[in-house]
Amino acid sequence: MKTLLAFVAAAMLVATGVQADDKFITVASTTSTKNSGLLDFLLPTFQEETGIEVRVVAVGTGKALQQARDGDADVLLVHAKAREEKFVEEGFGVERFDVMYNDFVVVGPAGDPAGVAGKRDAAAALTMIAETESVFASRGDDSGTHTKERNLWAAAGVDVEAASGTWYRETGSGMGATLNTGIGMGAYVLTDRATWISFENKADHEVLVEGDPELFNQYGVILVNPEKHPHVKADMGQSFVDWLTGDAGQGLIADYELNDQQLFFPNAKKGES
Amino acid sequence: MDYLAAAFQAAFELIVSFDADLWEIVALSLRVSLTAVLIAALIGLPLGAAVALFAFPGRGALIVLLNALMGLPPVVVGLVVYLFLSRAGPLGVLNLLFSPTAMIIAQVILVLPIVAALTRQVIEDLWSEYREQLVSLGAGPARAIPTLLWDGRVTLVTAILAGFGRASAEVGAVMIVGGNIDHVTRVMTTTIALETSKGALPLALGLGILLLLLTLLINAAAEGVRRYARARLA
Repeated sequence: MKTLLAFVAAAMLVATGVQADDKFITVASTTSTKNSGLLDFLLPTFQEETGIEVRVVAVGTGKALQQARDGDADVLLVHAKAREEKFVEEGFGVERFDVMYNDFVVVGPAGDPAGVAGKRDAAAALTMIAETESVFASRGDDSGTHTKERNLWAAAGVDVEAASGTWYRETGSGMGATLNTGIGMGAYVLTDRATWISFENKADHEVLVEGDPELFNQYGVILVNPEKHPHVKADMGQSFVDWLTGDAGQGLIADYELNDQQLFFPNAKKGES
Repeated sequence: MDYLAAAFQAAFELIVSFDADLWEIVALSLRVSLTAVLIAALIGLPLGAAVALFAFPGRGALIVLLNALMGLPPVVVGLVVYLFLSRAGPLGVLNLLFSPTAMIIAQVILVLPIVAALTRQVIEDLWSEYREQLVSLGAGPARAIPTLLWDGRVTLVTAILAGFGRASAEVGAVMIVGGNIDHVTRVMTTTIALETSKGALPLALGLGILLLLLTLLINAAAEGVRRYARARLA
């Protein structure tokens, strides 16, 4: 029995061994930054320059905000500006900085049953989808993309709650899962462009609506407030924020391309917020 | 059918390329699940045997509970462990969230009822068979536990394999408590979920084939050990 116990103890030590190294920060971010490959492109350089390992937990913006609120992350990198500002106002974050932007697009089947192809006005396009009751797949998961989508429906004056389960289908999952489902159903989907470009299962779906200023998608970075959560690794977290909004990070963001397309456009304003 | 062919090709390429990242993921999967099963077996085998042999009030209810807990949804276990280990939770100070240890804890909770409930059944059957013999030799329930566990070891391997199957196949719990962090908590099932969400379906299915092969290997090894043990017994 003693040897068994020793074995268990040894196994637990092996299991926990990775944690001995404390030079890392946890970043709560969205699936779009992760699935598009951007973070995998940026982080090795950051680690090389600073020796700080960045551990990314990629979830929807809603969950990322909650995770940071609970103190389970050091830095937040998400895209729902109003909610990020509220997060800072409530004292959970130190300060919010713009990092980069890309845009949302509406993708749909090549057959385009609602006839929205080439539309610039996103709200008008959504109205047409609603009027023809063409199938639309929504994230339905309280994420940044979902927040944007709800705002667009509100602008279009369409009550999607009432249609939920009919032509309006909420998948309650991440961007990639929603795209898989939406494509399977021949549905229209609102997605960020980065995820769409890097998505590998496009089938006959293509970008139909783009270019509306309302589809602008701003990303922000926030250091979780160490006054709320004393264990937050404020120094290392701050270096990450500084690096991301500084020349090095901004330059790399601009450099990142997939299929010859730039996915994110850096727009940090240095010295102001 | 294209998908299936592409998946087998992806699985084959994954195996022959011997990709370092992939083997890191495979190694972590095995480490997490095997550790969880080991711990669950160390607790579950004696626990199941004790429930089988001792009479105590509420025993019937405990048996029903153990059997029911075999059906614990991984995502619920993940959520509960998450809430306990979160900084905002009671065990937050341990700083275990998003670590392999957190994943092991969640899987122990998933596997323990399976091992305990199946052990209970095996030992109860053995006990009814050998009860008189053991009692006449002066062995009460407490002293009979090691004897019966040893006697039932060949069958109990199946209970442990069932537990391992549960641990290595689940994604709901490890995704939530581990966070699927690259090089830290990424295991095979969470990688499959990630690749699916990227739309890389052939790669995801290829990884699934690889996971299935690993499970086959482990079960084959267990069967080998069992045959060896049986041959020695005879």
